[in-house]
Amino acid sequence: MTKSADKQNYLLAELNELTKFHYSHCEPYKQMLSKSNHALEVTNLEEIPFLPVQLFKMLALHSIEENDIFKVLTSSGTTGQQVSKIYLDKDTAKAQTKALVEVMTPLLGKKRLPMIMIDTKNVLKDRKSFSARGAGILGFSNFGRRHFYLLHDDMTIDWDGLNEFLEQHKDERVLLFGFTFMIWQYFYQAALSKGIKLNLKDSVLIHGGGWKKLKDQSVSNERFKDMLFQQFGIQSIHNYYGMVEQVGSIFVECPKGHLHTPVYADVIIRDPLSFQPLPFGEQGLIQVLSTLPKSYPGHSLLTEDLGTIHGEDDCSCGWKGKYFSVAGRIPKAELRGCSDTFAFDKKVGKTI
Amino acid sequence: MNQQKLKSIFAEALGIEESQVTDTLAYNTIPEWDSVAHMALVAEIDDQFDIMLDTDDVLDLSSFAKAKEILQKYDIRFE
Repeated sequence: MTKSADKQNYLLAELNELTKFHYSHCEPYKQMLSKSNHALEVTNLEEIPFLPVQLFKMLALHSIEENDIFKVLTSSGTTGQQVSKIYLDKDTAKAQTKALVEVMTPLLGKKRLPMIMIDTKNVLKDRKSFSARGAGILGFSNFGRRHFYLLHDDMTIDWDGLNEFLEQHKDERVLLFGFTFMIWQYFYQAALSKGIKLNLKDSVLIHGGGWKKLKDQSVSNERFKDMLFQQFGIQSIHNYYGMVEQVGSIFVECPKGHLHTPVYADVIIRDPLSFQPLPFGEQGLIQVLSTLPKSYPGHSLLTEDLGTIHGEDDCSCGWKGKYFSVAGRIPKAELRGCSDTFAFDKKVGKTI
Repeated sequence: MNQQKLKSIFAEALGIEESQVTDTLAYNTIPEWDSVAHMALVAEIDDQFDIMLDTDDVLDLSSFAKAKEILQKYDIRFE
C-alpha cells in the first residue's frame, strides 16, 4: 500500500469515529446530520460531512459538558464582526500543543531558541479566553526561551530592548514569531521608515494569520520574504495556514513555498458552487480535516478560503503530505447570510 | 538541596505558598499554574539550574513530581 493510501485509511477511520462521537454528544450537530440523512460512517474522505466554518460564529457547538470546558478560543474578527467560539477541554488543548510541536520540530529542532514575539505582551492579558493571536503566541512560545516582546502597547518597537536582546544572543539562532500583517506593518515598515537594518542571518521567522490586509497593499509572499531579508537579513521565513476553528490544522510552508499537510490533517478542494471535490491543480474552496477536535464538532470544516492542491508526497522540498497554496478569501465573505444558508441547506440540512 | 530549590522556584514562579508545592501539584489543576505561568516556571528552572529544557520536556513537565523526573535527565539529582 502506498504511503498516501495508508494515510487516507487512517484518517478515514479516525474521522468516522469523530463523526459518530459528535453525533451522540452534540445535539445541534446530530440534528444537522439527521435532517440531511447523512451517513455516519462513510467509505472515503470526500464523503465525511463538513460544516461551514462560519457556523461557529452563530452557534455554540461543543460535545463536552459545560464544566469540562477548559478554554475558549475566539477568532480574530475585526470590530463589528462576529467571532467564532471554540470550546476546548483539557485533552483537546493538550493534543493541540503536542501537534504543534510535532509539526514544528523538524523545522526548529528540539532545542528551544531565544525568541522574539512580534507582538505586545498585552495580548495574553485575559488568561481564560484567548484570541487567535494569544493562542498562537502561547502555542509557539514552547519553542522559545528568553521571550522578548518586540512591541509596546501602542505598537511601537522597543528598540532598546531589541538591541539588548540581540547583543545577548548575538551568536545564537533566534526564533521570531508573529502575525503576517503585524510583522509587515509594525516591524518592517517601522524599521524601513527609520532606516534601521538588522542582521538576523541565522534566525528563523514563523508567521501566520492570513494575507488579506497585505493583499490590499499588493504584498505577495515572495515580496514579504524579499523585503524582510533585505531589511533584517532573515533567510528562513515560513508562513503557516491554520484557523482557531480547527485544532490540529497547522499547515507549514516548506522551503519551496508550499503549505504541507501533517499526518493527522488533510485538505480537500471543492467547487465553490457545486461543492464537488476538485482534482489537484484546480482552485476552489478549502475543506480542512483533522483528527484532533474531540471537544467540539470541528473535524471537518469548509473554510471561506480559496486554494489549490499541487500534489501529494512529491514536493521537491522532500516533505511529505499533500502540498497546496492559499489564494485568499472568497470575495465578500462577510456578506454571507444567504449564500451560507444555501450552502448549509444543501449540504447538511436546514437548521438556521 | 535541589528538592527545596525546586520547591522555591515553583512557589516563586506560580505565586503560591511553598506548602502547596507537593508531588501531586499538577499543571492546570490550580488557576495559578496555567499556560502563561508555565512559561515563567520553565524560564526560572532554566535559569536557576543553569540548564536549557528541550521543547518536549517543557510540555511533559506536568507536575512537581514529573519536574523532578525530567531534571534528572539534566543531571540534577534529588535524594
